[in-house]
Amino acid sequence: MIKLVPRNIFRFIFLVLLQVWVLNNIQFSGYVNPYMYLLFIMLLPFETPGWLVLVLSFVLGITIDMYTDTLGMHASASLFVGFLRPFLLQSIAPRDGYEIGTFPRIHYYGFTWFLKYTLILVFSHHLFLFTVEAYSFTSYYLVLWRTILSTVFTVVLIMLSQYLIFRK
Amino acid sequence: MRNLLNFLLNFHFVILFLILEFFSFFLLIQYNDYQRASYLNSSSNLSGRVYKSLSNITQYLRLNKKNQELVIAVAKYRNISEDAYKNNQVSLVKVLDSVYIQQYEFIPATVINNSVNKQNNYLTLDVGTKHGIDKGMAVISPMGIIGIVKESSEHYSSVISLLNQNLRVSGMIKRNGYFGSINWDGVDYQRVILFDLPSHVEVRKGDTVITSGYSAMFPKGELVGLVDGVEKSERGDFLKVQVKLSVNFKNLAHVMVVKNLLKEEQLMLEREASHD
Repeated sequence: MIKLVPRNIFRFIFLVLLQVWVLNNIQFSGYVNPYMYLLFIMLLPFETPGWLVLVLSFVLGITIDMYTDTLGMHASASLFVGFLRPFLLQSIAPRDGYEIGTFPRIHYYGFTWFLKYTLILVFSHHLFLFTVEAYSFTSYYLVLWRTILSTVFTVVLIMLSQYLIFRK
Repeated sequence: MRNLLNFLLNFHFVILFLILEFFSFFLLIQYNDYQRASYLNSSSNLSGRVYKSLSNITQYLRLNKKNQELVIAVAKYRNISEDAYKNNQVSLVKVLDSVYIQQYEFIPATVINNSVNKQNNYLTLDVGTKHGIDKGMAVISPMGIIGIVKESSEHYSSVISLLNQNLRVSGMIKRNGYFGSINWDGVDYQRVILFDLPSHVEVRKGDTVITSGYSAMFPKGELVGLVDGVEKSERGDFLKVQVKLSVNFKNLAHVMVVKNLLKEEQLMLEREASHD
């Protein structure tokens, strides 16, 4: 339990740096931009109190915003994910609930469960983000198209990372 | 009162979410209104320091603008530097007006269209006759030569890239002064061939190849690249030198057009001489 805090702080820093240094520079065909920093919110322990998830999501978003000069944009989107998370966890919970001492990961709850979890959160986040970014509903097909493409990319990255980097 | 407290406690999650979300949107709108008014942006101390201490990315992306400024500065400098002037001093008799007359004028330009994957590549620049550009002027960059202006309209110029099989440029091995002609073989966008060097010339890998200045287009001594390999031609009397270009044509952005103010004079003289 004590190890959890530094581990999460490290993960926070790692994902922010990965996002602003590497991922923000990836733009296939001007549409696809993966936002993998979400993984931080996703991997927070089940027991994290709701308010803390919200605060952490907000801090995470605003940190990304500071690097991209889009103050409030990522903050609002990642806050939205923090807000969805408890409801989503509840609705996709396995029959006997979540066991104590486990984390929301492939390792504990399997590929299908994690994919569902990732897909829903990432899609909501991207849809929210690109809508806010477009600032209007006029070009909604474009927003939707960007959301879908980027979601696929982000989800693939997150799933891969579960096997490569965040294995344990 | 207790009801209110209970309500707040029960819905603290939703309420906190709404507060923070409103705050985010407030920031977003305010930030859009007053771009730099907020202190929580990338120029703030905290993130600024992070950016500085670790090789940062936004500054890297701003390099484009910086480069442009730099090329303008270089062009300005070269306009007044000694290279741009020709020694006008005739033997020992001092000419009264000036010692140097300006021979080259450098006009900064931006590449707005470019290709490297065709057999005959062209570039387009954002300057034209309005800026003093004319057919036949050389285009160079601080890293090396680029090509020759083919056509120019009022605001744009089309440039025959060095990566064009129709372009021949007079080049020279800097170390020993032997010259030949440079031509692209259409294979690799990073390599050109220096032909017609006599086979007795000693050429080493890594030798610098520069323009010879004989063709009245490029100033003498502009960088072309480094020798990468040497072969004999089929008949064995000339060398075929592979030159690795110092310019990366794939990410070309800022260049200079060279206006040779004495070109007409040189060409006219050469024409007259060859008529005789």
